[in-house]
Amino acid sequence: MIEAIDLQLVAAVQEGLPIASRPYALIAEQLNLDEDEVISRLSKLKQQGLIKRLGVIVKHRRLGYQSNAMVVFNIPDALVNQMGLQVSQFQFINLCYQRPRHGEQWPYNLFCMIHGKSREKVLQQLGYLIESCALENYAHDILFSRRCFKQRGAIYFPAQISANK
Amino acid sequence: MLSPLHKQLLNEFQQDFPLSPTPYLDIANTLGVSEDEVLAAFSVLSEQDFISRIGPVIQPNHIGISTLVAMAIPQQQLSKIAHIISEFPEVNHNYEREHHFNLWFVLIASDPAHLAAVIQQIEIQTDFKTMQLPLLQDYFINLGFQLDLEPKAESQECSLLVNA
Repeated sequence: MIEAIDLQLVAAVQEGLPIASRPYALIAEQLNLDEDEVISRLSKLKQQGLIKRLGVIVKHRRLGYQSNAMVVFNIPDALVNQMGLQVSQFQFINLCYQRPRHGEQWPYNLFCMIHGKSREKVLQQLGYLIESCALENYAHDILFSRRCFKQRGAIYFPAQISANK
Repeated sequence: MLSPLHKQLLNEFQQDFPLSPTPYLDIANTLGVSEDEVLAAFSVLSEQDFISRIGPVIQPNHIGISTLVAMAIPQQQLSKIAHIISEFPEVNHNYEREHHFNLWFVLIASDPAHLAAVIQQIEIQTDFKTMQLPLLQDYFINLGFQLDLEPKAESQECSLLVNA
């Protein structure tokens, strides 16, 4: 179970650490904790894996990575774990998940994301991926992103979410 | 334009931002610049929208519950429907993609009942069906995204991560 204080702490940092000399002291002040405790709790959450990473969250589009493609494959169930791990090793792959199929309208179970500087580059990387992992015989599809209607960091604080509904 | 310091800050601190009382000073010492320079550079990156924040990425489904959702919406109604969906505080990313399923978004809710209620509301308000694609397995080991910030250099786009 996650302690209530840790949830408050995640809520306090999820929209970003202050850009100031003592950011953890400022967070501590908000929560009536001391700076040491904020640092040690965040370290613990990171060590436990609840915090996957702590750091700079970049805006890919703004930094020239205009082409974002979700690439999906239909991989036999017996092979999907192995293939997922293999696909994850490529430097241009940003995310790689198994998700459920939905019959004929959506036969795909392996999802990965490629951020690239151009559509051509992404297609080239996909070709390389398919060739390197011998994925030629599995159905796949590529879904380039077009408009972004909303993008923000995940807001995880349940109280805040529930309060709005 | 991005300075060499900006580029280092963008690429080298995605994973392990220092957990010490003075993280910006630690970064400054690592890079051989002053703390003020680091603070100023991060402020510029943030103000000019090159970074969304310096913060944690939380393991999915450890706090609350999330799912990816796809919908197939006729093109002429897409903007309207997308805006209805973006209004929900539970919606994070919301993108148009090139496909029959052309609207894709991530929902995060406090528990399964809350998630089901939001999905029901979305279907009622938009009058379209949703396809739910919750995460079953996460394969990705996040080593941070190495940005190629040199306009000219076409660096190793197809190379494997050695040393992972």
